[in-house]
Amino acid sequence: MPTEWSIEAGARVIADHAGVRGPLLPVLHALQHEFGYVDAAAIPLVAKRLNVSRADVHGVLTFYSDLRTAPSGARSIAVCRGEACQAVGGHALADHAQERLGVRFGETTADGSTTLDQVFCLGLCALSPAVTVDGRARGRVDEATFDALVAADATVSPSADRGVGA
Amino acid sequence: MTVTVFVPGDSGARAVGADDVTDAIAAQASARGSDVAIVRNGSRGMYWLEPLVEVETPEGRVAYGPVTVADVAGLLDAGLLGGEPHPLGHGLVSRIDWLERQQRVTFARVGVVDPASPESFEAHGGMAGLRAALAMSPLDVVAAVTDSGLRGRGGAGFPTGIKWRTVADARSSVKFVCCNADEGDSGTFADRMLMEGDPFTLIEGMTIAAYAVGSSEGYVYIRSEYPDAVASMRRAIAAARERGWLGSDILGSGLSFDLDVRVGAGAYICGEETAMLDSLEGKRGMVRPKPPLPALAGLFGRPTVINNVLSLATVPMVLSQGSQAYQALGVGRSRGTQVFQLAGNVARGGIVETAFGLTLAELVDDFGGGTRSGRPVRAVQVGGPLGAYLPADALAVHLDYEELAAHGAMLGHGGVVVFDDSVDMGQQARFAMEFCAEESCGKCTPCRVGAVRGVEVIDRILVGPPEERAGQVALLEDLCELMTDGSLCAMGGLTPNPVRSVLRHFPQDLGIEPALEPVRAGDAR
Repeated sequence: MPTEWSIEAGARVIADHAGVRGPLLPVLHALQHEFGYVDAAAIPLVAKRLNVSRADVHGVLTFYSDLRTAPSGARSIAVCRGEACQAVGGHALADHAQERLGVRFGETTADGSTTLDQVFCLGLCALSPAVTVDGRARGRVDEATFDALVAADATVSPSADRGVGA
Repeated sequence: MTVTVFVPGDSGARAVGADDVTDAIAAQASARGSDVAIVRNGSRGMYWLEPLVEVETPEGRVAYGPVTVADVAGLLDAGLLGGEPHPLGHGLVSRIDWLERQQRVTFARVGVVDPASPESFEAHGGMAGLRAALAMSPLDVVAAVTDSGLRGRGGAGFPTGIKWRTVADARSSVKFVCCNADEGDSGTFADRMLMEGDPFTLIEGMTIAAYAVGSSEGYVYIRSEYPDAVASMRRAIAAARERGWLGSDILGSGLSFDLDVRVGAGAYICGEETAMLDSLEGKRGMVRPKPPLPALAGLFGRPTVINNVLSLATVPMVLSQGSQAYQALGVGRSRGTQVFQLAGNVARGGIVETAFGLTLAELVDDFGGGTRSGRPVRAVQVGGPLGAYLPADALAVHLDYEELAAHGAMLGHGGVVVFDDSVDMGQQARFAMEFCAEESCGKCTPCRVGAVRGVEVIDRILVGPPEERAGQVALLEDLCELMTDGSLCAMGGLTPNPVRSVLRHFPQDLGIEPALEPVRAGDAR
């Protein structure tokens, strides 16, 4: 679970990652990893620590689709929209996913349980259609398996976290 | 006696249950009192057989797949650990026809070695390329790479040795070697598989590049959609440092070089090399105008080698076996091997590495076995989302740089996505523009605004009044020409490729009579 955002904890994370070359993106990644999103209050802290303008930080934060400025749902599901997935029912799966969860891509369900995103290619193109649930990839997903994934608990299986992340 | 069992740790295999199969084999073998050592190898690239379990026997490795958790007990009963026959068995891996017909050079070790083990890498010929390079002068290394005919596998196909020569000749106290592992093209996954299955080869290739051009620092820029590849590369870099393969005085040669992994953040454009440089510098991934070339003013303004994963991972073989051995493979100006990635609606998808010269039909029909759905092939997109859609009657085309260009197509990063006859090509044309609108960095107007207008024009063609269609098609043609000629980089410049290929080969899907086809014959794009 992500840590709850605070100025003190945020400053610590920023300091830990500020020493690398070209630190802005690594710092924002680290903040998101720690807190689940990048809080608006982090922007001036990052700007001051890295000696860049707040506009620079805002610009990077809003350029990359991975970086969030608000917490996501307890569980994240992403559906691949790439051509290889389109070739085996990806369009229908994308529609089904939005209908099943009652949200559009980029939105979180009203109960805060699930955030649904689209992703352009997971590199599982010979096992399409592909989705990820909390970062764990699933291949050959049809509408029935999607529903089963959604119905399962927040983590799909005990091995969900293995090997993912750094 | 310990039996070695291989279950791929490749993220594709994991996406279809390889972790659960690993756990089941470990638990059930242990319950039966069998002593097994499980290695999480890379994938052989036969994805329709994943999870593909292999067992080491005196005759060689015997394969079973696709294995589910429910199959494990039956497999053990049948004598899995002795390589005994079973309905899921495929015999010796090395004898599987699909693999035997390939020439694996870049992918020689993927699926074979344990990617977590530098010993396994070295036992299978690893580091021979770097050792050979260190025995030569840096300029001779550049010459060897030039002579091999190796061209950039990221998509542009620029001769690798010439790029290296430019960096080697540049005067600077600091130079960088950057590996572009932002493999964003839909339908491509070879970079991912190589980093997950044979990460030390990439480190070796980058170290050779560093020696050749006089660099001491490098970065591997990996897209965030590939967490397993990030973990694999970080683990391998740490192991390489421990063994003195990275750091100072590498292999006692006096060469100093170190590597860092940087992770993208979900921007397709960062696969464009100058946008990748901006992203590596921590900025928005915006495309830079060229010149200056990154080879002269790249990362942080310093001379920088930027190569794709496959280009760099091929270099060790070029050095260890000689540039002539690599040059001897292939056709025309397309030398060596190409790693094709066969994907989409195909019965047998995965990695096909062969010398250049294969036709699209051989790839799709012979290797791929036709569509997964069993319906006829209607279109094949070659070279990723910016590549053309080729119709079923054009499958005789040879897959090399020059012949594809003559057909208005491109090899790109080697992705081949198959569609059956249920595909709506009008929607595919629309998607090409939609994707560009979504992923454009926004720096140049033809791409940023053109893609949005492209979606609108295609929508009017698809659902607008039929009497206005001809005018809208002319407008789309005009827009494609503008984007091609006016965009700063390949994203906006090549997005018209798939759109024009639909106009040319599938006009009926846009509601146009073939007789009204607006694309001139011989118009390459």
